[in-house]
Amino acid sequence: MDNLLPEVQDIFRDIFDQPNLVITRASNASTVDDWDSLAHINLITAIEKHYKIKFALGELQELKNVGEMLNLMQAKLAAK
Amino acid sequence: MNLDALPIEKLLLKRKSLRRELLSGSNLHDLRIAVLGGSTTNELVDLLEVLLLNSGFRPTFYQSEYNRYYEDAVLEPQLIANFRPDLTYIHTTAVNIQSYPPLTCTEAELPGHVTAETERFRRIWQSIQQHVDCQIVQNNFELPANAILGNLDAVSPAGRTRFTNELNLALACAARENPRLILQDIQGLATRLGLEKWTDPNRWFSYKLATTIDGSFAIACSLASIVRAVYGKSRKCLVLDLDNTLWGGVIGDDGPDKIQIGRETAIAEAYTDFQEYCLSMQKRGILLAVCSKNNDATAKQGFEHPDSVLKLEHFSAFKANWEPKHENILAIAKELNLGVDSFVFVDDNPAERVIVEAQIPGVAVPDVGTDVSRFAAILEAGRFFEPISLAEDDLQRAKQYEANSQRADAEKKFANYDEYLDSLEMTAEIEPFRPVYMDRIVQLTNKTNQFNLTTRRYTLAELESAIANNHIGIYGKLTDRFGDNGLVSVILGRIENVDLHLDLWLMSCRVLKRDMELAMLDRIAELGRRAGVHTLYGYYRPTAKNGLVSDHYTKMGFTLCSHDSETVTWWLDIRNYRARNNHIKLMELSNG
Repeated sequence: MDNLLPEVQDIFRDIFDQPNLVITRASNASTVDDWDSLAHINLITAIEKHYKIKFALGELQELKNVGEMLNLMQAKLAAK
Repeated sequence: MNLDALPIEKLLLKRKSLRRELLSGSNLHDLRIAVLGGSTTNELVDLLEVLLLNSGFRPTFYQSEYNRYYEDAVLEPQLIANFRPDLTYIHTTAVNIQSYPPLTCTEAELPGHVTAETERFRRIWQSIQQHVDCQIVQNNFELPANAILGNLDAVSPAGRTRFTNELNLALACAARENPRLILQDIQGLATRLGLEKWTDPNRWFSYKLATTIDGSFAIACSLASIVRAVYGKSRKCLVLDLDNTLWGGVIGDDGPDKIQIGRETAIAEAYTDFQEYCLSMQKRGILLAVCSKNNDATAKQGFEHPDSVLKLEHFSAFKANWEPKHENILAIAKELNLGVDSFVFVDDNPAERVIVEAQIPGVAVPDVGTDVSRFAAILEAGRFFEPISLAEDDLQRAKQYEANSQRADAEKKFANYDEYLDSLEMTAEIEPFRPVYMDRIVQLTNKTNQFNLTTRRYTLAELESAIANNHIGIYGKLTDRFGDNGLVSVILGRIENVDLHLDLWLMSCRVLKRDMELAMLDRIAELGRRAGVHTLYGYYRPTAKNGLVSDHYTKMGFTLCSHDSETVTWWLDIRNYRARNNHIKLMELSNG
């Protein structure tokens, strides 16, 4: 559970169909090509399905980058 | 990859790479689909795209801006008209209903509210039909997320649940009256999934998505099955294993008396239930076949069990032997004159599923697991056998295939073939297209691959527009002493001056070698001459499947005219044409 990044990177690679895509904690929509609002929905849906968690309304709007999303995911997984 | 066994979690991740892979395939059928949505439709369209690619289509989409379905259809139809869709899908959900009745609504006022809502959609369909020749698919409505009036919500004229049920009934009636309109039952989809899993208010508020990913996937699967049905690609045959699929236990080991079937135990009851499901499929025209590793005689004993709902007579093909299953399935395809892409294979044994799936691309092999009580639900979810309408022909078909084996027996007893043909006491009805048969004509046109000279596909709209414009279209129905074969042949000719170009000539293989093609030629020549035609032009466009008719026009007495890489052309002077069919009696239509 400690390091979610590699697995989340795999999800990004699948969703964008870019096998060599590198995601860091600093990545966000402005640093990743094709990360538009539709791709965003796909990413969030895939992450929710994969980890069987739900993001609450508004929770995602505050996040600045992947690192902050990983923290939020970690908190949700710990609370399960 | 076998999409029939891929859960949505996986599909969501692999969608883009699957799309890329499938787009590189060949022989894809181009299809233009306009989606007019009352919500964001991208997710649904993305899933639909990959499902259609997997079914041999290459779809191009037009999507209305969010919630512009009415404006796009009624106020600015030119946008859709310019896109020239083959199919327009109007996707609206409970959030788009505008005429919910007020709490004061009386029983007498309710129909007015229902009509107001129905009329809004009727205007959409009418406008589309006016501007484009295309198939229209409209979905009905899922029940409202909240039942404000509790149980009374389904009873009171002010209840939204009651209103939705009345509205859905009105939409069903509208679809019954309009052959261009197909109703998609998303109320059924939402009910099967459960409303809690169907919508997610969070997705609506955040992205204007009306459904969860599971809801979008259910809609996309259902819509893909409608498209397959429109283009004649619904599956036709259910191939079944026996031991632990149609009954519990191994008949060769346990003996016919010890297999689990009947009502005595829970397990026996579950197998009986699945047999009843298969029988109901057979009754609506789906062919059943057995493919089992067993001795033939032993396997057949299972159906003599007094509690077996299925009897031998329900199967159109029966292969019980020790050959590999994929070879038996290919043999069944040959015997029934069907492509393997019309087969669905059900076997509790994953090893058999894997080999069939690997050896015969095109056969649907759903992952039914090993629990018989789930088999029917898993088959249903795959939406393999979607019908567009319940044609008489579908109901008759299973019987015709049975009669075919009797015909084969009769064939052996005659000294020559003419004698055999006469003994069949064949009667045909060969007439210009009639509205009552258009559904079947379209169905046959889009699914016939072998006896099909040009393999041109037509939608209902295209055929109707052709016969209104200098075309002669005829259908042929054939009856013999074993039964009614139904509508089995179609010719479409295009008149240009004194020439008739045969754009389409096709026939169901189940009436092969019956001189039906001669009877059809007689009739098209007769109708052509009446229209002032001197010459028939016949075209043969080779495909992977129509080698059977490469010399058709030679056999019909035509003269070779020209050929290039794609088309071989023949001609026949019909000014002094004499009828050639001697074995089939033509039936006159009593009322024209």
